[in-house]
Amino acid sequence: MDLSYGPEYEGFREEVRSFLRTHGHKAPRGQGLRSSNLREWQALLIENGYAARTIPKEYGGFGATPDILKSRIIAEEFATAQVPGGLGGQGVSMLVPTLLELGTEEQKRRFIQPTIRGEMVWCQGYSEPGAGSDLASLRTSAVLEGDEWVVNGQKIWTSTAHLADWIFCLVRTEPDAPKHQGISFLLFDMKTPGIEIRPLVDMTMNHSFNEVFLTNVRVPKDQIVGQRGQGWQVANSILGHERDSLGDPNATLQRFNRLLDLMRDETVDGARVIDNPVLRDRAMEMQGRVMAMRFNELRVLSSRVNNKNDALLARLITKLEGTELRHALEGLGIDVMGELGLAYKDNPLVRDNGMFQYHHMFFLGLIIGGGTSQIQKNIISERGLGMPREPKLAEARAEKK
Amino acid sequence: MEFGLSEEQNLLVDSVHRFLDSTAQLPRVRRFAEEGNDSDLWQGLVDLGISGLLVPESRGGVSLGFVEAALVAELLGKHVTPSPFLGTAVLMPALLNQVDPDSSLLDEIIAGTLRCGIGLAEANGARLGAALIERNGKLSGRALFVLDAAADVFLLADARHHLYLVDAEAAGLTTRRLATVDTTRPVVELTLNNCAATTLATDAEAMQRLLDIGRVMLAADTLGAASNMIEQAVIYAKQREQFGRAIATFQAVKHMCAEMAAELEPCRAFVWYAGHALNELPDEARLTACHLKAHISEVGKRIAKTATEVHGGMGFTDLVGLHYWFKRIGFNRQMLGTPEYLRDQAARLQGLVA
Repeated sequence: MDLSYGPEYEGFREEVRSFLRTHGHKAPRGQGLRSSNLREWQALLIENGYAARTIPKEYGGFGATPDILKSRIIAEEFATAQVPGGLGGQGVSMLVPTLLELGTEEQKRRFIQPTIRGEMVWCQGYSEPGAGSDLASLRTSAVLEGDEWVVNGQKIWTSTAHLADWIFCLVRTEPDAPKHQGISFLLFDMKTPGIEIRPLVDMTMNHSFNEVFLTNVRVPKDQIVGQRGQGWQVANSILGHERDSLGDPNATLQRFNRLLDLMRDETVDGARVIDNPVLRDRAMEMQGRVMAMRFNELRVLSSRVNNKNDALLARLITKLEGTELRHALEGLGIDVMGELGLAYKDNPLVRDNGMFQYHHMFFLGLIIGGGTSQIQKNIISERGLGMPREPKLAEARAEKK
Repeated sequence: MEFGLSEEQNLLVDSVHRFLDSTAQLPRVRRFAEEGNDSDLWQGLVDLGISGLLVPESRGGVSLGFVEAALVAELLGKHVTPSPFLGTAVLMPALLNQVDPDSSLLDEIIAGTLRCGIGLAEANGARLGAALIERNGKLSGRALFVLDAAADVFLLADARHHLYLVDAEAAGLTTRRLATVDTTRPVVELTLNNCAATTLATDAEAMQRLLDIGRVMLAADTLGAASNMIEQAVIYAKQREQFGRAIATFQAVKHMCAEMAAELEPCRAFVWYAGHALNELPDEARLTACHLKAHISEVGKRIAKTATEVHGGMGFTDLVGLHYWFKRIGFNRQMLGTPEYLRDQAARLQGLVA
């Protein structure tokens, strides 16, 4: 066991720290996706290799060879300094990796640079009212008419659709093919005529999701990623990226430390909350769970760094366990506050800006989104434990006869 | 950076696993539960070098550390193997390495001719008023739940948390077998009446360190036992048919198995980290050991229940024998600190208790 990153990496860590000391004050805080300040910061990060690090130079990135540990050191140091890192969002984290893998040269040149510079904001058009966990049953159709796809249908859970310039969207182009083979992956401008966006306010009372209605939306024929009918494979490579990024154990650790602070600061009948043995026991139980997930993540990281394929189960469980843990942790934060745990938004008594209340609800959303906990359990039992799939309804009926 | 098992560690696991798989199947464990003799199993482990695992090469051992010891403990739990491993191969050598590295006891331990029992139960909160008191180099009093019945010598802690060695044949020592649910770990009650004792350590830190080590080993044992229960549950679910199909195709059953695996898998990394901390990270070792054992005891308890349920009525029978794992996990939970006790310790270590 060797938990150190080694001298080369510690040198790199020093570089990152020095950058943060010199430039950290320029970072934009709490500004919208469109601020010029944000773009300037992003440009500075790319120039120094702290954003778009492994995107090739010809597409506007920094052009470094992928190095998991360096990426991690950057994330760690930015988090420690509480300086916002490079742009996130579905364009940067999901579309760009997909284009690099499956896009045409023309698509890469056209879309990657503006996306990583924050000039082109994307939303993701996957889920539909009738296609949630069973995403492959989606029905939004695209029919080729001359040089254009004509798209009709409805998308839901479309984060930031109201702010996005473009959408990457799954549509059915081969209605007669088996459901996984009839889907294509289209890119189009959100200003195209025929797109209507309606806000879908979530339980935190924030507007980040939308419903998107598509009526005779005309999309140039070449704005397809991959071949016709291959959209499912394209989408799956992206979902892999999404699952890896949820329930980050280091963020969970930071939140646990906030919980302990809260328990030390707040009082009940004049005694510190932490001095209540029942609540203290619950906090310690939570700490054990947080530690378990941290070490699990360390194992997954090491397995990736050393190119070993020996942590499959450890990787498969991270979305399920990470989001459930975080939801429970934030809920414990509310519990230890008693009635104060009710305070929210602009209540003058609210603690920690209402972050425990907000995250408690937000992580319930993440338990459901990106593959529900129940879908995760199917994946774990099938891919991790080798258990059989549930027979399809038709198979089950045929067997019965 | 490397936070995974090395080739050497995998080889160690393979060789111990092969041995246990060929000699320590459930019928052998059942025979032990009736006859109480594990000398062939222990001799086999001694032949593999397990008794000298922690002893330096210069003293004839293999110079390995607590990660490797935890890997062996995991395998013993996986096979519910009766053995004097914890006291003989881990705690006594760990202590002697520290306080008396030239002790001839180490030679006997490596050779497999000395079995060391351990009586540290009272150090985690004495029950029934049990305590050992030292006076003029002699020990008197009572020690409960001492591992194990066949020991040649006992490693005991007194009320001040000093550590002593007492010969099993010493005058004034009486031994009473205590039946427990886990028949793979025979425990005894010792009553000492002015018993000759050799002092091994007089600072409480030495005993705390032994507790840390012991907790990590018991946690590793639970890891092995619980992972085996999941494997058995999955195999059974694939074989057992109801309503015209294997019950492994029902999501209700699959999700039970997935939940078990999702809770247990992070414990594997937790055990490695705790073993590594015992070797290399003195500032973290105690907190990690307390949290590990508390956490895995909770996870293990849920798995012991759930895996039994997946087996339906058969899980409740002696015929299948799943209860050996259920009880092993239960034993590990109670010994050297229950989850509540350990979480309280963890809070104290972090200055969270006024």
